[in-house]
Amino acid sequence: MAIITPSKTQPAYDVIIVGSGAGGGQAAYTLTLAGMKCVMLEAGRNYEPARETPMFQRPDQAPLRGLTTPEKPFGFYDSTIDGGWEVPGEPYTQASDKREEQFHWWRPRMLGGRTNHWGRISLRNGPYDFKPRSRDGLGFDWPIAYEDVDPYYTRVEQLIGVFGTNSGMENTPDSPEGVLMPPPKGRIAELLAQKFGRKMGVPFMPIHRAVLTRQQDWQGLPAKLHPDNPRAQRIVQEAMRARAACFWATDCGRGCSIGANYQSTTVHLPPALATGDLDILPNAHAREVLVNAEGKAVGVLYIDKATGKEMRVLGRAVILAASSGETVRILLNSNGGKGVANSSGLVGKYIMDTVGTSVAGQIPQLEDCPPHNEDGAGGAHFYAPWWGYKDQAAGQLDFPRGYHIETGGSRRMPSGANPVPEDFTRGLYGTRLKEAARRYYGSFVSYSCRGEMIPNEGSFCELDPALKDKWGIPVLRWHWKWSEHELRQVAHARKTFIELIQSMGGSMRSPESNNPLEYIEAGGKIIHEVGGAIMGADPKHSVCNQWNQTWDVKNLFLCDGSSFASNADKNPTLTIMALAWRAGDHLVEQAKKGNL
Amino acid sequence: MQETSLHRLSRRDVFKWFAAAAVAMSAEEGVFAVGSGVPNPAGRGYGTDPDLTRDYKPGDIWPLTFDAPQRAAAAVLCDLIFPEDHLGPSASSLGVPAFIDEWISAPYPVQSADRPVVVEGLVWLDAEAGRRFKRGFAALDEDQRRAICDDICDLAKASPEHKKAARFFSKFRSLCAGGYFSTPPGWKAIGYVGNTPSATFDGPPPEALKKVGVEQTVG
Ligand SMILES: Cc1cc2nc3c(=O)[nH]c(=O)nc-3n(C[C@H](O)[C@H](O)[C@H](O)COP(=O)(O)OP(=O)(O)OC[C@H]3O[C@@H](n4cnc5c(N)ncnc54)[C@H](O)[C@@H]3O)c2cc1C
Ligand code: SF4
Repeated sequence: MAIITPSKTQPAYDVIIVGSGAGGGQAAYTLTLAGMKCVMLEAGRNYEPARETPMFQRPDQAPLRGLTTPEKPFGFYDSTIDGGWEVPGEPYTQASDKREEQFHWWRPRMLGGRTNHWGRISLRNGPYDFKPRSRDGLGFDWPIAYEDVDPYYTRVEQLIGVFGTNSGMENTPDSPEGVLMPPPKGRIAELLAQKFGRKMGVPFMPIHRAVLTRQQDWQGLPAKLHPDNPRAQRIVQEAMRARAACFWATDCGRGCSIGANYQSTTVHLPPALATGDLDILPNAHAREVLVNAEGKAVGVLYIDKATGKEMRVLGRAVILAASSGETVRILLNSNGGKGVANSSGLVGKYIMDTVGTSVAGQIPQLEDCPPHNEDGAGGAHFYAPWWGYKDQAAGQLDFPRGYHIETGGSRRMPSGANPVPEDFTRGLYGTRLKEAARRYYGSFVSYSCRGEMIPNEGSFCELDPALKDKWGIPVLRWHWKWSEHELRQVAHARKTFIELIQSMGGSMRSPESNNPLEYIEAGGKIIHEVGGAIMGADPKHSVCNQWNQTWDVKNLFLCDGSSFASNADKNPTLTIMALAWRAGDHLVEQAKKGNL
Repeated sequence: MQETSLHRLSRRDVFKWFAAAAVAMSAEEGVFAVGSGVPNPAGRGYGTDPDLTRDYKPGDIWPLTFDAPQRAAAAVLCDLIFPEDHLGPSASSLGVPAFIDEWISAPYPVQSADRPVVVEGLVWLDAEAGRRFKRGFAALDEDQRRAICDDICDLAKASPEHKKAARFFSKFRSLCAGGYFSTPPGWKAIGYVGNTPSATFDGPPPEALKKVGVEQTVG
């Protein structure tokens, strides 16, 4: 089995998986290593990181020195293919024309989805994060607790390789001893933030990212991941050996040709393919889940993008992992537009993103720093986990839940953008301009809030009553609303960041504003879209059960972020993978018992 | 390079737009108006799935704009802004003028907005050189070029009749800096070190830690 075209599909599969990103990749890995025959439908084209990744390509080898354009919205070398904020021929609509009521939907169209270019930040949700309503009466509890997911977090960390340290902080879980890889050294601006953050009680420390800071323990790990499964151990051993350790250069957002960070295409799919039990069908855009008279899923209707024709593939179970929004869209469009798995009426409801705001500053202390290499692990090394639980409990904060702070080094490879802002080079040209640039380069910092959004009734998506995409499939229409919780949270974050910058003797470089609606990032902009088919303890108030299994259609599972009942400040992907693995195990077990 | 491209603006055309714009300008706004209708290029972009491993040159994907005098003026101005000195080679030796031409010729909104600013600015430079010294900008000696640039290099201090030209200078300098510092010699000039593989990551060296007053906290 391998990468195939529609004419090569088998008459029936054990499981049909829609989407090849974090959720689909993990599901394919878990199921095929357990011996199930799967087909994966992916709307984008096949993608080969080893051949296609521009590792050492320089900005002066790219059009426009690699700067962003509407066709490559995160820059020329970013690995995103055929997507971004717009996908040609596949529009979406907004119910409102107000900025603060809109949702921006980032979609790639490629094998591996967003995992080819994501930031690799891999944080566990903590115990509070699964029971938020019990703590403060807002939003929803999950039908599972931290203890249910903990072993899967460990397995995913071991499989994909995550560096970091155990902080011992409240609601910021430690991993078992020896699971995390050693973190990379701090870079100059990160160490400075740590020093001054400490004085304010803001704890900057090594972040957790899915980057191999050394070769994986390919001899030991496979047996831990797959006890009692020698075939899986053998395959995973080979796959782990094929991944190199990070060589401390090149931006992870371009992808990694040596497999040193996690992308579905370098970590999940190679072993899944090596089982011989996976067919991957690229350019196959799923349109509907096919359901029979008994209410069971029997297959998926998809568009073969090469011919534009509608095709079917049949299977005994279906997993949707097309990204939350797209999974919702498939559910709503199924059954000839009447929808499936929606007896609760909640499909499309409670869409969440991460709460974001940033403040930029300039720090004189960082000027004229002796030149040195800060490429590091191709992304963030440090962050500050949410430190405010005690203050919150003491009633000292005017918002619930928390945010963490992301920051990066500042001596990055200059792209084609002017690295020294105009106000630092006023009136200069010639050698004095070069000298000024050299002095100020590396002295600019920024701090970003990544906070928890509480699900609300005003943030949802539905089928647009009129508009269809180029395949004739109804598109999504988005509704968005921030509540006072998020607005107060970003106000707190902004105040904290300004204080931090001032404490370092720096100056704020972001525009002045007293209105959180002006500086909160628009919905969707942090690209942590989750929700839309939330899990819960009863079929009236949720779409899935604790196994990511829809209440209405027993053999239909949702393995992306759509099942999230809350969106902790922790970036969602590690949790998506942990839950997909857990759902996969459950599916295998139920299939063995003949329950599907 | 596409010398004969239809998209290339003739110098005369630019003067025509420039003249039309000049009529519309207010005295306080200076000698030319930005955004006065230099037509946008009709070229295509590189699409949503370009080959990322190829070596691209300006003009490979969409046609360029500058005519010979504009190219000459752009090269001279680039080198005045980034000359050859102890910090590195000149901007023109690093292809910066061609990058600026590629930039203003690109079929995307941000770049299209810069197009009239740059094209009209270069035309203004030549015209101003003619008014002051009876020669084109590229033919001036260094002191003469400086005399003009000193009047427009600081937007805040520029006199009212030079405000528009100062806005052009600021845009041009910014593009120049982007183009210059994104090359290996530009990296060296600004102090970026990297883009080479290494077996370990050792973090900032002691002299950098000392300068900033921090200690390495990761063992
Ligand atoms: C720039 C960036 C940085 C990020 N950084 C982080 C980070 O540091 N940490 C973190 O936790 N998260 C991060 N994220 C989010 C992370 O990428 C997502 O949470 C994760 O990829 C979600 O996995 P998924 O499988 O649900 O969706 P995706 O990875 O998006 O994969 C979905 C796949 O399904 C395909 N598909 C869509 N519709 C259909 C259809 N109808 N039929 C067939 N296939 C379809 C898509 O083409 C895609 O390949 C980041 C995202 C971006 C864009
Ligand atoms: S920094 Fe390391 S992990 Fe990231 S792309 Fe480069 S080699 Fe790969």
